[in-house]
Amino acid sequence: MSLYDLFPPEFFKLSVPLSAYLILSAILFTIGVATFLFRRNVITIFMAIELMLNAVNLTFVAFSNHFGRVDGQIFSFFVMVVAAAEAAVGLAIILMVFRTSATLQIDDFDSLKN
Amino acid sequence: MDLVLFLTFALIAVACALNMALQRHPVSSALSLIGVMVSLAVLYVLLGAEFIAAAQLVVYSGAIMVLFIFVIMLLNAGAEKMTKKAGTAHFLGFPLLVILLAISAWVITNATSAMKPVKFGAFTKGGPYEVGWELFTRYLLPFEVTSILILIAIAGAYRLANKEME
Repeated sequence: MSLYDLFPPEFFKLSVPLSAYLILSAILFTIGVATFLFRRNVITIFMAIELMLNAVNLTFVAFSNHFGRVDGQIFSFFVMVVAAAEAAVGLAIILMVFRTSATLQIDDFDSLKN
Repeated sequence: MDLVLFLTFALIAVACALNMALQRHPVSSALSLIGVMVSLAVLYVLLGAEFIAAAQLVVYSGAIMVLFIFVIMLLNAGAEKMTKKAGTAHFLGFPLLVILLAISAWVITNATSAMKPVKFGAFTKGGPYEVGWELFTRYLLPFEVTSILILIAIAGAYRLANKEME
């Protein structure tokens, strides 16, 4: 039994609406925000930021497709570059904080409090 | 075939993102995030952005995630402990997230209902030639500024991670 038996033949000729890509992007962004809010490991929180950047990139590329211009892809390229720089510096900061406090729990990072 | 590929990889992306949010161990979260990035690369190919798809695979799921895994291994990060300190986020966070998703979905469906659907092969200007042409003509100044940004990031990461320069 193949995939072609499961659906009528018209299903395979359907195109995807633009809003499907944008809503997928919104869902991924919301999951990223949820991870950012509810998780307590600083590396996981950092990965949530990367997920949000990816979701925004998907919006850029979808609108680049819609307007028939390449500018959106250039923007998502710059987002990638900034994400790479941000990951390098952020992980170095995490490394340094781990050296002084020996923990990755975000609740314990309160040396700037008060 | 567009819809089949989109639905498959959108489902993989959402499932991997949920898995990233729910896993206790940072290594599992990192592997799930790689799954999200690879399925997003497939969606970029469907949208006609071949160069960005390749860059997504090389830069994001290659370089950045290797950096993450390196740091997780280096710090010997174990499973996280759940604490009860973030009271406000736990009470208000979930309803606010639902509201955020509902409002953004409503705005998207209202604003883009009249727009034409995405057809694979209709947009062919996403290859390396076109992206490179735009990057080195109209966007030359931002491109050069990013090189300075990368240089500063290298210097900053070296300065922060270097133990002897205290």
